[in-house]
Amino acid sequence: MSSKKSKSVKENIMKAIFFISAFMSVVAVILICIFLFANGLPAMKKIGFAEFLLGRTWRPGNDIYGVFPMIIGSLYVTAGALVIGVPVGILSAIFLARFCPPKLYKVVKPIINLLAGIPSVVYGFFGLMVIVPFIRNTFNVAGTSMLAASLVLGIMILPTIIGMSEASIRAVPDSYYEGSLALGASHERSVFYSLLPAAKSGILSSVILGMGRAVGETMAVVMVAGNQPVMPSGVLKGLRTLTANIVLEMGYAADLHREALISTAVVLFVFILIINLLFSIIKKGVKS
Amino acid sequence: MKAAKRQSVFLRCLVYISAGLTITTVVGILIYILIKGVSHLSWDLFAFKYTSENVSLFPALVNTVTMTVVSLLIAAPMGIFSGIYLVEYANRDSKAVKLIRLTTETLSGIPSIVFGLFGYLLFVSSASGFGWGYSMLAGAFSLAIMILPVIMRSTEEALKSVPDTYREGSFGLGAGKLRTVFKIVLPAAMPGILAGIILSIGRIVGETAVLIYTSGTVAHIPKNLMGSGRTLSVHLYALWSEGMNTESAYATAVILVVTVSLLNALSAYLAKKFTKGNLNG
Repeated sequence: MSSKKSKSVKENIMKAIFFISAFMSVVAVILICIFLFANGLPAMKKIGFAEFLLGRTWRPGNDIYGVFPMIIGSLYVTAGALVIGVPVGILSAIFLARFCPPKLYKVVKPIINLLAGIPSVVYGFFGLMVIVPFIRNTFNVAGTSMLAASLVLGIMILPTIIGMSEASIRAVPDSYYEGSLALGASHERSVFYSLLPAAKSGILSSVILGMGRAVGETMAVVMVAGNQPVMPSGVLKGLRTLTANIVLEMGYAADLHREALISTAVVLFVFILIINLLFSIIKKGVKS
Repeated sequence: MKAAKRQSVFLRCLVYISAGLTITTVVGILIYILIKGVSHLSWDLFAFKYTSENVSLFPALVNTVTMTVVSLLIAAPMGIFSGIYLVEYANRDSKAVKLIRLTTETLSGIPSIVFGLFGYLLFVSSASGFGWGYSMLAGAFSLAIMILPVIMRSTEEALKSVPDTYREGSFGLGAGKLRTVFKIVLPAAMPGILAGIILSIGRIVGETAVLIYTSGTVAHIPKNLMGSGRTLSVHLYALWSEGMNTESAYATAVILVVTVSLLNALSAYLAKKFTKGNLNG
């Protein structure tokens, strides 16, 4: 009887440990929110919300903190990455799902998966050694630019977009495709006009996931974007993103400057939360 | 009819061109890094000590291994236990489980620089009163939070794919819940869990933004975990920010790419083998 009791005590203790472990992720998110907002919001208030979010000058030396150029920088770079990565990614996914011979697939798919594993700092390095000089020589400019950052990010989000889009195209029942063929449509038209619309929401969520990756990417962007804290003035000009702003200045920042950088992270965090929300809304739509 | 035909050809061309572009890009990056990197590898780069004349990457290599081990020691038990709770114990519709799922999803979407900043605020700056500063341990804790969702999710998937007959058989023989989980379910799910752990090793090795302001950028092997040290990825970034030492950078890049690619391939292989084994069994 007593051994049974000690057994149930042990069971309960372990169950509690399992639960506490599982709850650690909740604790982590709460702590992250507290630390970011508790450090970031007071600084925003001190600077003035409007001045901080819409101010066009970032000059820590004079205590002027306007993060607007970086917000626009992040948006531009992300948009650029999507313009480059989304069409290529979706079309490549279509290729893998419906055009690729099985033998070739066995080779190509693992190679594309390798893209997902390359560390972001290596992408940055590659961009710096190959893409930046290419832009410099072709257009006779500095090279570190929005275009370079968008290209690097566009490549980086490819595996995300390809992986999810391919899965969602494959998930469409074959009857859609066959029905379209039976009505006399060609292979290509069946894929594009009957499979693709059916896989629409899965493809859309892959784009949103890629968007999240592009907004949050730091190392690759910082190495190729030029990082001037001014309003972006062209595809071939340099710009600075929210992430770059944090990583470049955190090392030596103090006082209000340091807090302003944490506020930058708050802005970034809110962006990511919005993107996550969008993602889960679309995912829910898929389920129902 | 002719227009439709023309459109089909056009669409087919688009698909082939895009696929070709993707494959050329991947192969191009890999070949570039491999060729440039291997030709820059030299024994000097593996000298025990880092000096400004010889930018050895050996200390960073050692730090990377240390960082991986310590982060996994923190995150792996927690992640596996979380997975056990969610699959074996929790009531799937309870509020707590919904909250845990929501936060795990949030965690996996948070950019690494935010983890880095959080780690800096919590472990480096707030805990500096307790003697913490830029340290390997601060880096490991921050990384552990980042990889927690990866290990959690793979554990969950692996546990879910263990057939219920295993559990029923164990219960039928008189084993308790805990015993069933540890002796029957967990061993059966091990390859899947391992795949997740290997995947997170790849992420640890490749991570930079989390570590710059937590474990710092000192280019030596620290005496203990409270010391600052840079991993290979941070080494590559530091080389850039200090003015490029191209030789060491290429070598670091190739080591990173090869290591992470091998880890990812191993993880994919394990995961695939695991699901296949289950289908056959």
